[in-house]
Amino acid sequence: MTSAREVVVTGLGATTPLGGDVASTWEAALAGVSGARTLKNDWAEKYGIPVTFAATIKVDPAEVLSRPETKRMDPSAQYAIVATREAWADAGSPEIDGDRLGAVVSSGIGGIQTILDGWDTLRERGARRMLPMTVPMLMPNSPSAYVSLELGARAGTHALVSACASGAEAVGYAVDMIRSGRADVVVAGGTEAAIHPMPLGAFAASRTLSLRNDDPQGASRPYDIDRDGFVLGEGAAVLVLESAEHAAARGARVYATIGGVGLSSDAYHITSPDPEGKGQVAAMRFAMQDAGVTAADIVHVNAHATSTKVGDLTETKSIRTLLGADADHVQLSATKSMTGHLLGGAGAIESLFAVKAVAERLAPPTINVDNPDPELQVPLVRDEPYKLPGGDIAAINNSFGFGGHNVALVVQNH
Amino acid sequence: MANTDQEILEGLAEIVAEETGLDQADILLEKSFTDDLDIDSLSMMTIVTHAEDKFGVRIPDEEVKNLATVGDAVSFIKSAQA
Repeated sequence: MTSAREVVVTGLGATTPLGGDVASTWEAALAGVSGARTLKNDWAEKYGIPVTFAATIKVDPAEVLSRPETKRMDPSAQYAIVATREAWADAGSPEIDGDRLGAVVSSGIGGIQTILDGWDTLRERGARRMLPMTVPMLMPNSPSAYVSLELGARAGTHALVSACASGAEAVGYAVDMIRSGRADVVVAGGTEAAIHPMPLGAFAASRTLSLRNDDPQGASRPYDIDRDGFVLGEGAAVLVLESAEHAAARGARVYATIGGVGLSSDAYHITSPDPEGKGQVAAMRFAMQDAGVTAADIVHVNAHATSTKVGDLTETKSIRTLLGADADHVQLSATKSMTGHLLGGAGAIESLFAVKAVAERLAPPTINVDNPDPELQVPLVRDEPYKLPGGDIAAINNSFGFGGHNVALVVQNH
Repeated sequence: MANTDQEILEGLAEIVAEETGLDQADILLEKSFTDDLDIDSLSMMTIVTHAEDKFGVRIPDEEVKNLATVGDAVSFIKSAQA
């Protein structure tokens, strides 16, 4: 164990395709519910988009935010604010000097709906009709900035961008902020709101989306032999991270410790993972070393597993390479089977799931695995939650992104 | 098509309420955009953009600074429609 300050999780918040808060999201995840549904629009007919479903957010933020808030924030920022308010209240709304409070909320894409709406307005009606709030709404740092404004966080506001690893990288950066002494509390997470015909068409063009239009709820099926791509999702998750001393001093309830952060890059291909998984292994190894845990301590991995042919198997191969025989006692969960792929929000909701799994000793299931891929190299939690052992345990959340970004976080019981 | 003062006030109050979250009934002619309604410059420009759309008028940027109260805006829109 290093002498660095221990960083604990004291608050959780989320709004996802499974529910408008953590309790409903977690309950649905344990029950194996899919958040995917058929889209109620004419995008397929109008634009020829081959995918007619997505994992849309369960609770419209308009139901919980004020009207002006929904008008001046892009949906990506709205989701982040909904999750932040829940997380902050869950942490007991700590009294803290804003100079010691940070905000790190990532988005993989940014305010894409605002960008595209603005472009439509410009082309159809001219510059005079463009809304003055367009720029602060489209900035990819907008969600983080609004979180900073919401809480008065002045120790630094950051928005790390690494595609689908962004949310986990945000958590990792927040851990570093606390360890380095820049902050005592950091609100960290990720958000995405990219269910719009343009990104949907673009992902379809890259041939990475599932085309199972006749069965949206069965479409995200990581590790099933018949998986055919990911399901686009949306939403946000936020964690309140805090130095252990600060949490103890105020008597805060602690969910878990973020014991280690591991980062690496593949430098192999812009979208495909290195088939040898060297970067993935390195990220997990760094995170374990950072946390001071060994292969025998790892009981659960929340996999990045997006339900693509290549990506899913590369990850289990990496886990097997790193943990060797100890991979036999790892329970692997691919929660994107239920949430869909939240892109910049994925690493955050999956970090949250890993924290809940360690805190409640319960690994969430992977659904839709009718016929497990024979090349799957790690035990998979299927259909029912798996009871994790007592004593000191550690879990890993893996998040990987287009561009070759690898982030691994080690979560431990406090 | 010209609107009455009352129609302009109601239409404008709707836009301001939407932008600020204030109750439409509190948006009265004598209210100052900055002092009473706490509207910043970006919000003011948003209101202007929507008002131009709604009332079919042009409110030049250099004119916006002269619109101190809701009543000033109603008068300007009325004269611009004439």
